[in-house]
Amino acid sequence: MPIFGVALLAASTLVGLFAGDLLGAALGLEANVGGVGIAMLLLIMLTNLPGRRLGPDTPTGSGVQFWSLLYIPIIVAMAAKQNVFAAVSGGVMAAAAGALAVLAAFALVPVLSRWAGRQ
Amino acid sequence: MERLVSFAGDNGLLVAFVFVGVVMLVANWLSRHVARGKVHGSAIAIALGLLLAFWAGAETGGKNGVADYPLLAGIGVLGGNMFRDFAIVATAFGVRLEDLRKAGLVGALSVPIGVILSFAVGALVALGFGVTDPAEITTIGAGAATYIVGPVTGASLGVSSEIISLSIAAGLVKAVLVMVATPLVARRIGLDNPASAMVYGGLMGTTSGVTGGLAATDPRLVPYGAMTSTFYTGLGCLLGPSLIYLVIRALVPA
Repeated sequence: MPIFGVALLAASTLVGLFAGDLLGAALGLEANVGGVGIAMLLLIMLTNLPGRRLGPDTPTGSGVQFWSLLYIPIIVAMAAKQNVFAAVSGGVMAAAAGALAVLAAFALVPVLSRWAGRQ
Repeated sequence: MERLVSFAGDNGLLVAFVFVGVVMLVANWLSRHVARGKVHGSAIAIALGLLLAFWAGAETGGKNGVADYPLLAGIGVLGGNMFRDFAIVATAFGVRLEDLRKAGLVGALSVPIGVILSFAVGALVALGFGVTDPAEITTIGAGAATYIVGPVTGASLGVSSEIISLSIAAGLVKAVLVMVATPLVARRIGLDNPASAMVYGGLMGTTSGVTGGLAATDPRLVPYGAMTSTFYTGLGCLLGPSLIYLVIRALVPA
């Protein structure tokens, strides 16, 4: 049943986010450390258990697959609720700091990727 | 009208589904007929979302884009952290562990490199604009990391609220720019495989920017970028007020 997949996904997300929250608190931070990453690893592990791999075309898998397909609409909603006005009207220094940080990171992507390829 | 607004408020999530559906429909039409298939529909949809958010922010004076219209409050739920994280985790369904492992070390290293790079760039910009106080320089640098690292660092270093809002603005510029620019530069920087997506996520760090940018480029890459970027804000909050502040204070005599 698809609800099993949705429940599995929700449980993985909750466990991962809470673990990230605890990890952040242990480091004395107000931020979640790696919660989404932990949740993804958990989901990958649980859907690849030896002997009972869960595919997207199984009934349970379709419950996970559905939310994965809704990802882009959710990101569009996220874009529509950003504080774009503050970003645009933040002044030249804020714009320069943000924009140059992006350019520098873009420039480093091919450098580090090449390194990853050589490993 | 009042009745309609309160009805829409009670059914906020459903209104949000319709709203996003219409935005995606318009975006797909624009992609096919105006951009002749050269710009991905989802890239246009995200850009449209940002544009509408700008409009709404200018009109309502609020912080939450179109979600500040009572009629569209449901967008705040659908586009909020809970659904975002839920859907990001869902994209990991079907990811192969091998692909994650292949770029594991460099992917992991890209996070501290990205954090330090953003702080350095932001700090240099602050210096260039005549900021001299090390705590303020660090806070601007933190904003260039993400719009969460900025205020967290600023608060723990005790800088003024003007500097904190500047750092948030820098982080917002970064998030918006990453969403818009990633599909445009993806081919040039070789962002077309799991390994480079992990590196990209770690270097950029802004979760909303990375997940939006990858969605507009190639949705299959989303889980790889999200995997590394999820550690970025935490590391930034950890290093910003401590190590990075100490280094900046040593380099910039107050």
